[in-house]
Amino acid sequence: MTVAIRVENLGKQYRIGVAPDRYRTMRDNIMDIIKAPVQVLRKVKRVPLTEENSIWALHQVTFDVERGKVLGVVGRNGAGKSTLLKILSRVTEPSEGFAEIHGRVGSLLEVGTGFHPELTGRDNIYLNGAILGMKRVEIDRKFDEIVDFSGVGKFIDTVVKRYSSGMYLRLAFAVAAYLEPEILVVDEVLAVGDAEFQRKCLGKMSDVAQEGRTVLFVSHNMSAILRLTEETIVLEKGKLVYRAPTTEAVDYYLSSGLAQSGERIWLGDEIPIDAVPFRPVALRVMNPTGKIVDTIRSVEDTTIELEYILDEPIVGLRVGIYLMSGRGELVFTTFDTDPQDLYNQYGTRPAGHFRSRCRIPADVLNEGRYVIGVNASTFRMKRYFQDENSLAFSVDPSGAPGMQWTEIRLGLIRPRLEWSVDEI
Amino acid sequence: MNQTIQMNKTDSDVILLRPSLGWSALNLGDIWVYRELLVFLTWRELKVRYQQTLLGASWAIIQPVMTMLVFSAIFGGIARISSDGVPYPIFSYTALLPWGLFSKALSDAGRSMVMNRNMITKIYFPRLIIPMASVLSGLVDFFVSFVVLIGMMFYYRIYPTPAIWTLPLFLILTVITALGVGLWLSALNVLYRDVGHVLPFLTQFWMFITPVVYPASKIPAKWQLIYALNPMTGVVEGFRWALLGTSGAPGSMIAVSSCIAILLLVGGLFYFKRMERTFADEI
Repeated sequence: MTVAIRVENLGKQYRIGVAPDRYRTMRDNIMDIIKAPVQVLRKVKRVPLTEENSIWALHQVTFDVERGKVLGVVGRNGAGKSTLLKILSRVTEPSEGFAEIHGRVGSLLEVGTGFHPELTGRDNIYLNGAILGMKRVEIDRKFDEIVDFSGVGKFIDTVVKRYSSGMYLRLAFAVAAYLEPEILVVDEVLAVGDAEFQRKCLGKMSDVAQEGRTVLFVSHNMSAILRLTEETIVLEKGKLVYRAPTTEAVDYYLSSGLAQSGERIWLGDEIPIDAVPFRPVALRVMNPTGKIVDTIRSVEDTTIELEYILDEPIVGLRVGIYLMSGRGELVFTTFDTDPQDLYNQYGTRPAGHFRSRCRIPADVLNEGRYVIGVNASTFRMKRYFQDENSLAFSVDPSGAPGMQWTEIRLGLIRPRLEWSVDEI
Repeated sequence: MNQTIQMNKTDSDVILLRPSLGWSALNLGDIWVYRELLVFLTWRELKVRYQQTLLGASWAIIQPVMTMLVFSAIFGGIARISSDGVPYPIFSYTALLPWGLFSKALSDAGRSMVMNRNMITKIYFPRLIIPMASVLSGLVDFFVSFVVLIGMMFYYRIYPTPAIWTLPLFLILTVITALGVGLWLSALNVLYRDVGHVLPFLTQFWMFITPVVYPASKIPAKWQLIYALNPMTGVVEGFRWALLGTSGAPGSMIAVSSCIAILLLVGGLFYFKRMERTFADEI
């Protein structure tokens, strides 16, 4: 066996701002201006990192990946996945430990890096290809295939600022898909685009895996992880907490949501900056008596509640949830402005503190573990916030149809249907 | 036999990622590996600069020509500043060519890292390529506006001196100076956005300490060498000497300017390289 990636005691320490202990006054600001020259000198002499002014985004992580293997990386927002990928793709340096990479690395932390809106699709293919490390002749050779894969067709000589967002993404992914490094490091690039396009990308990714290249694949999408990887590592608060064949690791990861017991609370540092002005506060699963529970009963109504703050009004905002099975299969998607009356009432949602609740009627969910994802977006305009693995909960089947038999009832839902048997 | 070759190939491909301390090697070979990216980025800057403009690349001519007209009217006409015996328009235009290259490179390179933060936080490539592309894209504008100078020389019947062969050397000196200062500014701008505020003022101030609107001969002889500590002085005087034959060879002045320019570049390279490893975190 040959090792493609070896990581030992890898860590990354980030400086964090220390909050001022009281509100600043005008007088403080004026004093600062007077003291500025001294302050500047003090600032230029950078303060060394200490426990108080820094956090370990990644700490003492050790693992290796054999050549030709596909390793999945899962973890909650802020668990250190992106930091790990950034180090392995040489964007940033580690603060401790080391990583050894045997072979040419291609990294896809994002598709369309360096795309310029004022350039044509053709120009952007060459530019993006060069940024990803492709040679000009290589791009020349693959050019037709790339255009074909993207489905952009005759718009290839149009400036990309005139593209629809879907076309833009497809073109961006197409260039990336034809990158042929020995080791590929991929971040959540599949979380974008429509379902059709996602399927195409997943297909391309599994081709890559079958060609015997080493892949490190980060995703929140458990079904993608299950489909593409054989082995998965779980990161939690910057540490590697679990490594196992993917099915086991995914089970472990999803059930580690157990600790959150029916409620997920977002802390300030878990909310990406680009979510502004949307701030998720909490997501709760409640039984009919309004108690927050980790396990609901299939035969009872369940309420899912999302609490959030809007710092500014948003036109056309819809806040919704995805419900997924523990294996990552999507059960349904629903938004709070699906009902016509709410849609009319909240054409513009004012700034404020909100609670969106939805009731899942009794006799819908089958036994097992489910995952709720959260999405706050405006249609075709902007996705403010998305977390596909916000909270997991279990469904207890007692009393559900078909409990006469002890076998596990297959299927995502377990509706109580009317049957009649007639002798004819 | 085959096995050995395979082994060797694999060994050379190993990349070791670990925290680096202090000053690091320049590793300029990396730039050569990524030369195509440098070409593409330079080309992108040029293409984007003149995209959706009516006049396109003719802006590269209009800008210096307009400046030359204004300078000729104010400094040549009203203030009657001497111009070493050549007509003021060509006197100032000859200086405006390297000066334009320098000032444009300064402001473009200074802002380049922050403008390209998206690339820097998402993908690896030698970061040096970004300010280099900014400087190189200015070079194309230079050649375009140079055509006007040739026309002006015909018009004023000024023929290049035998020293014309030194012109490429002065052009290289301009690029060295621009890249040197550009590297410092671009790396500093990542940490301190103050650079963006300083830039307009800096270029203006720098122009006044460079013999663009007045001849260097106006500076008293005992100050000449100190004056030449500004590398752009040597460049501008060199351009005038090689093209217009004003005054004698400004030998010592050029020597001083060249030394400073090279120091700026080497210092800039090392400083940039040192700051490079935290760019993605700080930007």
